[in-house]
Order: sequence, then C-alpha cells, then structure tokens
Amino acid sequence: MKILSIALNTFRENLRDKLLYNLLIFALLMIGSSIIISKLTLGDFDRLMIDIGLASVNFFGVLIAIFIGIGLVSKEIDKKTIYTIVSKPVARYEFLLGKYLGLLITLLVNTAIMTVGLVVVLWARNVTVDGLLFEAVGMIFVEFMVITAVALLFSTFTSTTLSAIFTLAVYVIGHLTPDLKTFSEKMDEVGRAVMNGLYYVLPNLERFNLKGHVIHHLQVTSADLALIVLYGLAYATFLLVVAGLIFERRDFR
Amino acid sequence: MKDSADVVIQIENLTKVFRVGFWGRKVTAVDRVSLAVHRGEVFGFLGPNGAGKTTTLKMLMGLIYPTSGHATIFGHPIGAPQAKAKLGFLPESPYFYDYLTGAEFLRFYGHLFGLRGAVLSKRIDELLDTVGMSHARDLQLRKFSKGMLQRVGIAQALINDPELVVLDEPMSGLDPIGRKEVRDLILRLKEAGKTVLFSSHILHDAELLCDRVAMIMKGRLVACGPVSDLLSGGSTHEVELVIERLVPEALERIRPFAKKVVVQGEQVMVVLASQQDVNHAIDVVRSVKGHVVSLTPHRASLEDLFIREAKTARQPVEVAA
Ligand SMILES: Nc1ncnc2c1ncn2[C@@H]1O[C@H](COP(=O)(O)OP(=O)(O)OP(=O)(O)O)[C@@H](O)[C@H]1O
Ligand SMILES: [Mg+2]
Repeated sequence: MKILSIALNTFRENLRDKLLYNLLIFALLMIGSSIIISKLTLGDFDRLMIDIGLASVNFFGVLIAIFIGIGLVSKEIDKKTIYTIVSKPVARYEFLLGKYLGLLITLLVNTAIMTVGLVVVLWARNVTVDGLLFEAVGMIFVEFMVITAVALLFSTFTSTTLSAIFTLAVYVIGHLTPDLKTFSEKMDEVGRAVMNGLYYVLPNLERFNLKGHVIHHLQVTSADLALIVLYGLAYATFLLVVAGLIFERRDFR
Repeated sequence: MKDSADVVIQIENLTKVFRVGFWGRKVTAVDRVSLAVHRGEVFGFLGPNGAGKTTTLKMLMGLIYPTSGHATIFGHPIGAPQAKAKLGFLPESPYFYDYLTGAEFLRFYGHLFGLRGAVLSKRIDELLDTVGMSHARDLQLRKFSKGMLQRVGIAQALINDPELVVLDEPMSGLDPIGRKEVRDLILRLKEAGKTVLFSSHILHDAELLCDRVAMIMKGRLVACGPVSDLLSGGSTHEVELVIERLVPEALERIRPFAKKVVVQGEQVMVVLASQQDVNHAIDVVRSVKGHVVSLTPHRASLEDLFIREAKTARQPVEVAA
C-alpha cells in the first residue's frame, strides 16, 4: 500500500512535467504524419504506416522512460523531499519500487493514448487492425519496463546527464545486440571479448520488436509471448534488485 | 542514571566524516558525540551554523550512515521500521511536493503510516488546525510562504501522533507569532507525554522550552545537561543599576568598584559584580539624593555559555586525504 501511495504520487508528479506533453505531442504528430507519407507512396502503404506508427510509440515511450526515469530519484534527493519519506516507516526499496511503478503508470497511460492515435490513423486509411498490433504494443511496453529500470539503476549512483547518456546507449546497443555477435567475428581477441561481454550483459531489446510480425501477419504463439514477457520481467527485476542494493547504501546528502 | 526504559534516544560516539571536493578531502562534521534523550523531556540541540546539528539528526533518521559509532531509538538501531513508526521528523528548510494541496500533502504522509479513511481525514483537520493552516487546506504548496511550509512541515511530522518528535530548526522562517505558536505546540507535546528533540541556534527559545540541552561546536559535544546546571556553572551574577541625578563627585566614588560605567545624558548605567558592591553603590546614591531608576540582575544566559564555548572551540578536524 505504501508502494502504491508513492506510485500514485509519482504519477501525479509526472503529469505536471511539460516534457511529457511535448513528447506525447511529437509522438502523435509522427503517427499522424504517416497519413501524408502514405498518400505520397505508391502501393504498399499499410506496411509503412504500421512501421512508422509502432516505431513512434516505441521511440517516444523510451524517451519518456529515460528522461523522466533519470530524475525519479535524483530529483527527490536534490529537493530533499526524500527526507520526509525515508524517515517514515518506508524502506528504501519500497520508495524505489513506488517511483518505478509510478512512472510505469504514466507510461501505460501514454502508450494507451499513442495506440489510440495509431489505430485512428490506420482506420482513416482503411488499414486492417488486428490483435497482433496490440500484442506488438504490449511487448513495446515490456521494453519500457526494462528501459525504465535501466534509467532508475543509473540514477541511483550517477548524475542525471550521465544516466541519460548511459541509458540511451543501452537502448541503442540493446537493439543492435544480434549484430554484436556478427561484429565480434571480425575483431581481434580483446574486441571479441568485449563484444561478447556486451552481448550477454545488455538486454536483447530486439526480442520485444514484433513489427515484422504485424506487417506480415505472422501470428506469435502465446508461449512465445509469455517467454518474451518473462524475459523482460526477469531482466527488469534483476536491474531493480541491483538498484535497490546500491540505493540502500547511499547517503542522502 | 536513568532507567534504560526511559531512554528514548541513545547516541554513542557517533561520528560522520564527509568526503568533499574532487580529491575527497575529509571533513569531520560530527565527532564522537554521545548523549541520551529521555522519555517526556524537551531536549535542545544547540550549536552555531555548521556545528553538525543537521548531520547528527540526519544520521538518527537513517538518511546518512554514521562513519563510526552507533545510536538507538526506542532501543532499536537507526532506521528500524519499529522506531520510525513512533517518531516524526521535520527536516531543515523543508521542501515538499509543491503540486499537492495542504490536505493532499498530509493525506499522502498519512498513507505512508497506513492511515486511511475517516480516521485520516479527522487527523488532517486537527493538524491543520493545530498549526494554524486550516485556511490553506485546498491551496497548493507552491503558493505557500516559507513560514506556511514550515507549519505544514510540522503537521507532517505529527501525522502519526508520534511519541518522539525530532525537529530541525522548527522556528526558522517563522514570524514572532509563529515562533510563539511553535513554542506552545512543543509545550503541549510535552504535556501530552511526548519526547521532543529539536535543534536550534536561537538560545532564547531553548532556554524557555528545554529541560536539557546539548551544545555542539565544530562537531564536538561541548556541554550537555539541564539548562539550570549549565547556567549556574557559568559566569557570576552581575547586577545592572540605572541611576538618575547623580552628582559627578558621587559617580567618582562608585567608579572604582564598578565593573562598567556608562553615562547616557541624565542617566548613568553601572554594572556591579557582587551584592556587596550593589549595597555600597545604593548607599552612595541615596547619600547624594540621587534616584535609582532600575536594578536588574543579569542572569547568565545560554548565550554567554554559547559565546564562551565558541571562543574556545577548535577548528574542524581535517585529515589530509
Ligand atoms: N553533504 C555534505 N557534504 C559535505 N560536507 C557537509 C555536508 N553536509 C554538511 N557538511 C559539513 O558538515 C558540517 C556540519 O554541517 P551541518 O549541516 O550538520 O551543520 P548545522 O549544525 O546543522 O548548521 P546550521 O545551523 O547552519 O544548520 C559543516 O562543516 C558542513 O560543511
Ligand atoms: Mg542545520
């Protein structure tokens, strides 16, 4: 219950962030602009619209996760609001989890709005919308859970600027991990070790990408979906545990 | 010695060394401080700016970890949820979630103690009334003045009806009326059997309120005990005498044994160090038909003690990195 109270308070706080609305507006503009692009394209425009739409949901959601995520904890420490929370019977990990869940609620609402925008745009151009699209959005949300945890982890021990850079790097490289393997084959011993290290440590974010399936109407089995969700949850949990351990030892000064 | 059941806060050799700057230079903010706060007392934690008051309180609240030494609250180690459930804390110059209204703000903190519903609503109304903020229940904290924030900050510290209230500079930012109200509030808490620990550099407040005080300078405890003990151990009791219509030759008779003489137009102010000197001076005044306008005993104050200790306190202990 304490965690939920903190989460809801965090959600309220996020709603006051202008950045949130700016990103949301940009996302909707991007999604909307696919109508214009589709009119300029000959032939296979549904594919393009779905591609742009899902990519926008993913990209802008990740930006929200990163730029609000890095400030979740550091802002509370800078503003000393954390003093009154931690001196109450609230464990530090409960505080951390509350902040995390609060941002997830924000992301859930935003993802819902962006998805509605996407569906409206697709309908406007008579593109069939099937369940697969929503499954793809669901997996994007699981990716948000991982990215938010990454941002939170970095922000427990480093500055907001570095947290933003590191988290963006994890996002970008996380989508390239399959390529890391290929890369490493062309490298020397050391390079290969580094690449392999990154390959195993960083999340494989491409696993959450079902764009191809939506475009080509390839069904994903529920077992596969469950596996992806499980992978995301396990990864996020691991990050949160590490973040919690670091946070527990920290001085709030 | 007090029964251990009556000890609410026990601090033993608490030390905090901060590392500052790029090279991690060590600064000892709190240096082997030991003291005990007893049940039902108002305890003042005094010291000049940068003495280490806030650092000590933050360690007690589990916000920063001691470098060495340890402390217990209600017999539990620092940070134990059992102890936190029974205490309230007002941080120094507090910042709060400014998008909440006064009532929402208190509701949020109530939830952290598992309070809800009608019980919580009633408590919020009571507290807003207690701190004189009922008119601001639906006003966002961003629109609060500094003193108003301080008041809801105090209300926040009392939301769980705590047995121990820890206040870091509760009077700062308050106008004279506000200060008086906070003093009354602290006395009411004491009457209700609560233990209050507050830090301050306003000695007058401490003198009026505290059963016992501790004085800290440059991180070290320099004095600790009942206010009366600390004061009686201090300077001699001086008396200030104001006289009118004193002929100059009479003044010259007083001057040799007076500690201080100040002539202000018609009036002469004389400071005398002993009862004997006072009697002597009055005899002189009466013999020349002068008027004694006032006679004021100079009680030694915490301020004297404070200034004396500040003079002898050493530089902060700094160890090269
Ligand atoms: N976060 C910090 N990092 C480094 N040094 C610190 C930190 N906080 C406090 N100090 C140092 O510790 C010493 C004690 O500071 P503290 O804030 O405890 O003083 P204080 O008694 O509360 O003073 P004031 O009356 O001004 O509030 C000071 O020398 C201060 O510079
Ligand atoms: Mg202070």
